[in-house]
Amino acid sequence: MRTARRSESSNTGTARRSESSNTGTARRSESSSMRRRLRSFAIEFWLPVLIVVLWWVGSARADLVFYPPLAEILGRFQDLWLFDRFFTDVIPSLRNMLVGYALSCLVGVGLGVVVAQVRIARHALEPLVHFLRSIPPVALVPIAILVLGFGPEMKMTIIAFSAVFATLIATLDGVRAADPVLAEVTRVYRVSGRDRLFKVILPAAAPQILSGLQVSLQIAFVVMITSEMLASTEGIGYLTILAQQTFAITDMWAGMLLLGILGYLFNLLFTLAERRVLHWHIGMRSQAKTH
Amino acid sequence: MMTGVMTEASIPEQTDQRLVIEELRKTYGTGAAAKVVLDGLNFDVRSGEFVCIVGPSGAGKTTLLKCLAGLLPPTSGASYLDGIQIDGPPEKLALVFQEYTRSLMPWLTVEKNVTLPLSNKGISKRERRTRAQEALEAVGLADVPSKYPWQLSGGMQQRVAIARALAYQPEVLMMDEPFASVDAQTRFELEDLTLRVREQFGITIVLVTHDIDEAVYLADRVVVLGSAPAQVREIIDVDVTSPRDQVKTKADPRFTELRSRVFELIRAR
Repeated sequence: MRTARRSESSNTGTARRSESSNTGTARRSESSSMRRRLRSFAIEFWLPVLIVVLWWVGSARADLVFYPPLAEILGRFQDLWLFDRFFTDVIPSLRNMLVGYALSCLVGVGLGVVVAQVRIARHALEPLVHFLRSIPPVALVPIAILVLGFGPEMKMTIIAFSAVFATLIATLDGVRAADPVLAEVTRVYRVSGRDRLFKVILPAAAPQILSGLQVSLQIAFVVMITSEMLASTEGIGYLTILAQQTFAITDMWAGMLLLGILGYLFNLLFTLAERRVLHWHIGMRSQAKTH
Repeated sequence: MMTGVMTEASIPEQTDQRLVIEELRKTYGTGAAAKVVLDGLNFDVRSGEFVCIVGPSGAGKTTLLKCLAGLLPPTSGASYLDGIQIDGPPEKLALVFQEYTRSLMPWLTVEKNVTLPLSNKGISKRERRTRAQEALEAVGLADVPSKYPWQLSGGMQQRVAIARALAYQPEVLMMDEPFASVDAQTRFELEDLTLRVREQFGITIVLVTHDIDEAVYLADRVVVLGSAPAQVREIIDVDVTSPRDQVKTKADPRFTELRSRVFELIRAR
């Protein structure tokens, strides 16, 4: 609001002039954002690169049982994951995680939107939600094994259950915190049904919902690995813990490396998707900063 | 016509009256803490008329407009649009909110903001686009349909909000302090735009403002409210020549006279 007013008062002439000054700043910020992106890329990656180099050099000659040379780890990484165990272990892990995560997204956002509309439902459900989310997900593995066995259903269920609460709570908060003026606009202009949900309620809550989804993604990833380490006969987590138990230390390191890379990739993909969905929010904020 | 909700008083002149407000009261809270905001208001708005409601800050002007728009239920009394009691937002009514930054959806482009209210009206996509185009042209924003509201200046954003209301093709347009947050220059432009739009679309306009000049400049009649709890102090016919002009009208002795009259009414205890 402040920025809008300022840009208005800074030009004495017609509305059109202020518009052309807007596109001008947009173009200028485009080229400078390119430079900024390069610089932040350099700032982000010099340390990881340095660590990898030090690891490579430091571990090359050392003769430590628990710390095999990085070159060997990478060799085993290639043998194991590209693509010997790719279809038998990596794919099942990813499938469990994505199904579980997708379920938690749907239920979390869906239930959140519904419950946020009804005050009584919110009051009735909130304590329960906060109790359930405080149970460490891993504590549920024993009962999950009893009820669902060792199969993928158990893992999907436990991943979905653990991940759902972050999204649910974020959606509840986001929908509830939406500007009441928007509700009045939808009432006056009779915006209802699907339009109200997809063009007003969800976008208004989107910044909160997406940060909830990101936390859920991280939880889903952690639970995927732990559930495989605790009770499984396949999967990346299972192979990694098996390698540790059979003193295949290099394999264990290869598993850890893959998990690290996957975790990073998930986050990266999420951030890219978020940027697309929230482009208006990002644009709005950078507009506020440049003025 | 729903004669059931018509009252005796409004029957004789019903042909001309679009909006009838009868003994409208609004109280917030109950018991000892109850605060009376609107204290039995009576006035009407004729078809095609431009009525400004002016009153001091905190007089309950926005509350009044929300009651008329069907967003707030009155505590007692009632208002009628074309003889039908208002108990929810009427279909023929559009509202321009004071806070343009909050009433437009920042995630929708200008065009999508304007067409958002139209998708439930059962009109084709092409018709919706045409209507948006026409409405944006009417407010002088034909060239920005794919921009986002936050890329525009405050005055332009309020134009978008007006375009959204026009595309909805209402018979009654209500405006809640629509120009309170823009600078003086833009304010004059938007006032004249509102007068033009009213000529072009032939709609009835009810505008709430705390600005006496604005009220007298725009209105056919000015409803003057006293400070809270609000009552109608007087209804003034603005017999200044039309079309209005920011320079000539405001230099007109009759205009000066009327604005002094409104000012005295507002200041009176």
